[in-house]
Amino acid sequence: MKLDILREMNRERAARRAVILVTDTADGGQRLVRETEAEGDPLAAELADRFRSGRSGTVEAEGRSLFLTVQVPPPRLVVIGAVHISQALAPMAQATDLDVTVIDPRTAFATPERFPDVTLLPLWPDDALAQLPPLDRYTALAALTHDPKIDDPALIAALKAESFYVGALGSRKTHGKRVERLTAAGLAPEQIARIAAPIGLDIGAVSPAEIAVSVLAQVIASLRQDRRRAPA
Amino acid sequence: MLSTDTDILATAEAWRDAGRGVALATVIETWGSAPRPVGSHLIIDQEGNFLGSVSGGCVEGAVIAEAADVIEDGKPRVLEFGVADETAWRVGLSCGGRIRVLVEPVA
Repeated sequence: MKLDILREMNRERAARRAVILVTDTADGGQRLVRETEAEGDPLAAELADRFRSGRSGTVEAEGRSLFLTVQVPPPRLVVIGAVHISQALAPMAQATDLDVTVIDPRTAFATPERFPDVTLLPLWPDDALAQLPPLDRYTALAALTHDPKIDDPALIAALKAESFYVGALGSRKTHGKRVERLTAAGLAPEQIARIAAPIGLDIGAVSPAEIAVSVLAQVIASLRQDRRRAPA
Repeated sequence: MLSTDTDILATAEAWRDAGRGVALATVIETWGSAPRPVGSHLIIDQEGNFLGSVSGGCVEGAVIAEAADVIEDGKPRVLEFGVADETAWRVGLSCGGRIRVLVEPVA
């Protein structure tokens, strides 16, 4: 691999943009294709599939064996609410290689003492999200404040960005009211139906740490959807 | 700490910038039950320092040895490992799978 190609791949990853490296396994020849340039490429259909699935693999084309290294942005988790559950969830999610950001405008909650070693933004979601790389398909968002003023704008942004996981804390009754508000805000029923609520896999979680496990398991189940043996 | 692909490719760049010879190994094909998925990376420098993995530790030794030649002559090659190998006891995959690994210089 040429050093300038390696640098370009690292730059694109840092900017959260997907790329595919095409390598001729016979002679080592390589080129890098950005998602925005894929349409005009001779391998366009194959590349489009790969960008969707995120899976690397070999393709035979024009008598050549080409290896496609698919580099999609690293998965990240945006947590709305610097609450007790988040204190347990942030380090657990980091341990599974998720890039974690916690957002909460309530400065009594969003303190570095409560959240060491994690990106913490003591801002309203709209302001905080404007400071981060845009929400995308490789982002999970968990809204945990119970406060519609804080949770709703973040949920709307994540649903519009087609984030791979969108979860919201609250009972069925709370969620019923949320559905009404999001409908009034102009979201389609299919979009709203993507929200995991009540949040988390049903493992009977009681403590904040147990709820964090159930949320994190649900995030991973969404991330690895295509590998699961049975629906959870 | 476990290294992610982000760390691995960023480290490859840092090693090159420090003037070290570097080879990149990538799993390009797997059959049966293979320990690391297609696309997994391992980087190796000319001293044999490495980061990442292409198997659960079964064949890394052989890949690292081959990487020294790749850094030396600058030519990429494809290595294949599996239980069907005659060297199975030395560098086979105990899980019974087979893998192909591309080893290329970062130049």
